[in-house]
Amino acid sequence: MSSTLRADPVTTASDGPASGEQLLAVRGLRTSFKTSRGELKAVDGVDLDVAAGEVLCLVGESGSGKSVLALSLLRLIEPPGSILGGEVRFEGRDVGAMPRRALRRLRGRDIGIVFQQPQGCLNPVRRIGWQVAEPLMRDGLGRAKAWDAAVELLRAVGLPAPADKASAYPHQLSGGQAQRVMIAVALALRPRLLIADEPTTALDVTVQAQILDLLRERCRAIGAAMILVTHDLGVVAKLADRVAVMYAGRIVEQGPVADLFAAPRHPYTRGLLRAAPRLGEIGERLTDIPGGIPDLARMPPGCAFAPRCDTRRALGLDRCLDEAPPVFAAGPAGRARCWALAGDAA
Amino acid sequence: MKPPPVLAVEGLSVRYPVRGGLFGGVTGHVAAVDGVDLAIARGEALGLVGESGCGKSTLGRTAVALQRPTSGRVMLRGQDLFALGPRDLKHQRRHAQLVFQNPKTCFDPRRTVGGSVRMALDTQDLLDPGDREPAVADIFARVGLRPEHRSRYPHELSGGQLQRIGIARALILRPELLVCDEPVSALDVSVQAQVLNLMKELQAEFRLALLFISHNLAVVEYVADRVAVMYYGRIVELASRAALFAGPRHPYTRALLAAVPSMDPARRDEAAPHLGEPPDPARLPSGCRFRSRCHIAFARCAADDPALAEANPGHAVACWAAVPDGPSVPASA
Repeated sequence: MSSTLRADPVTTASDGPASGEQLLAVRGLRTSFKTSRGELKAVDGVDLDVAAGEVLCLVGESGSGKSVLALSLLRLIEPPGSILGGEVRFEGRDVGAMPRRALRRLRGRDIGIVFQQPQGCLNPVRRIGWQVAEPLMRDGLGRAKAWDAAVELLRAVGLPAPADKASAYPHQLSGGQAQRVMIAVALALRPRLLIADEPTTALDVTVQAQILDLLRERCRAIGAAMILVTHDLGVVAKLADRVAVMYAGRIVEQGPVADLFAAPRHPYTRGLLRAAPRLGEIGERLTDIPGGIPDLARMPPGCAFAPRCDTRRALGLDRCLDEAPPVFAAGPAGRARCWALAGDAA
Repeated sequence: MKPPPVLAVEGLSVRYPVRGGLFGGVTGHVAAVDGVDLAIARGEALGLVGESGCGKSTLGRTAVALQRPTSGRVMLRGQDLFALGPRDLKHQRRHAQLVFQNPKTCFDPRRTVGGSVRMALDTQDLLDPGDREPAVADIFARVGLRPEHRSRYPHELSGGQLQRIGIARALILRPELLVCDEPVSALDVSVQAQVLNLMKELQAEFRLALLFISHNLAVVEYVADRVAVMYYGRIVELASRAALFAGPRHPYTRALLAAVPSMDPARRDEAAPHLGEPPDPARLPSGCRFRSRCHIAFARCAADDPALAEANPGHAVACWAAVPDGPSVPASA
């Protein structure tokens, strides 16, 4: 399987993943939406790094800004939304300063993207083989060669009978198969980064496991890094090298997956991990987080999580209500925005 | 004598015609529910799990008389729901209430949520008109909302708040059976835990017979006393929560459990068995309908359709590997 892919004429110049090398650097990114209710700060000062070949999971609840952040990386924000500030660098190049052409190249060739609803992203009146072949043809490959390469790509994503299935239309596929096709399209040009936004949320749990394994296997095979956006901590535990937890437009904690699950430092991360029901660990009650996600149009002045925070109450930290916490070191390799960590920082 | 169960479903089938071909004629049938027997006692929570399209929602809708079965009976409090006249059926509906998956789409957007809850009382003509508003206030308090929430419109409330109101609207009629179809799937994890805790409390307090439909096994494990696993219209395993989660007997149940990602990153590489693609519901395999995805299928599985039979006391399985001498279901058309 991999040998056919290596022969694939669209291979980029990379000689396998150079792990640890900086691929994406985001600093102070801000994206807002103008609405009748005021300005919604969906992404409010985000710093993020992705190294070549690593899997970063961006986890948060609905309205936390995780999908808007993912789209902002590609400057795919349309009015009434706009990117107000900050910097995104991909392989050292400033994405914000890129001319249209370079931006087009970035989207699809350098960075692939997979969305939640595969059926909604595929063209319903075009055979799936052509949809996979399209980026290859745009890249200069002839029709016949592109079709053959598309069949190989469909084989690599585990579509059964790929030579026949390439002639199928999207409605003839199951949800899991359609997501496999989307992955084939996203990885056709061997991007260095794949952004997958809730790629398994619309799928059954039995199919989810297969798609997650496939994502990891294909990204490893071509040396791509991955940003996986999800609300599901089980998905995070399965796939992530590093985790960034978002709450109300900010990354409140990030760190290596093992550390973050074993010793979460931010009270919100702790709350999320406790609130998720786990198979085989059934107590009398689930430990919920009281209250709800704040209204992004009426954000509290201090820490956005402060009104729901049990740690703030236990420690009697008043400053949380007035002053937004800066980033503190959290654990051996992590960072978190929480005043309770102010003492630990040094 | 033992009182009859609140809900007893007997030999229930719901078939839908499949249309196709040039003139859109009926080309076949899909049995969303295919010969199901189930009973739920007062105060008991039965979890119903399965993949999308397995028929679990159709079964739930039939249990509250929103869907007419093709054959079989739905007995609510000892009465056959589909043998009742319209007036008696309306009266019986009060005892079987439904909570929907998406709370954002199940309220009238132009009515206050308090008005929607009160309408349930008005429709059933329960309580004196003067007592209805206080009853609405009481049930709002019981589901953790403030009195002023009654005058809000659906778009002013969060998903978690609306689902509390969905539960309030069902419980204000003091039903004996509550059917919840994926009640927390649309909610965020932190809010989901709040609603699940509330549902569990209320189920005990009102001694509800609860049919809890979900694709999320961890959620079902938290809520249910007994669990039924459904596959393409059939119950393939039925057991107490403890027995099902500790010792699943059906290969499908085992695969479902194994597919749930562990919350422990250290266990991420434990391979989940891949089930392969689900079959076309209009062309299920002969014999056992799971055999096309089953890794232990043998000759008999293609020939005979296994019925749900007790493998251990209180633990029923529809699998030839679990009950080698169990009865077979005669092949049906």
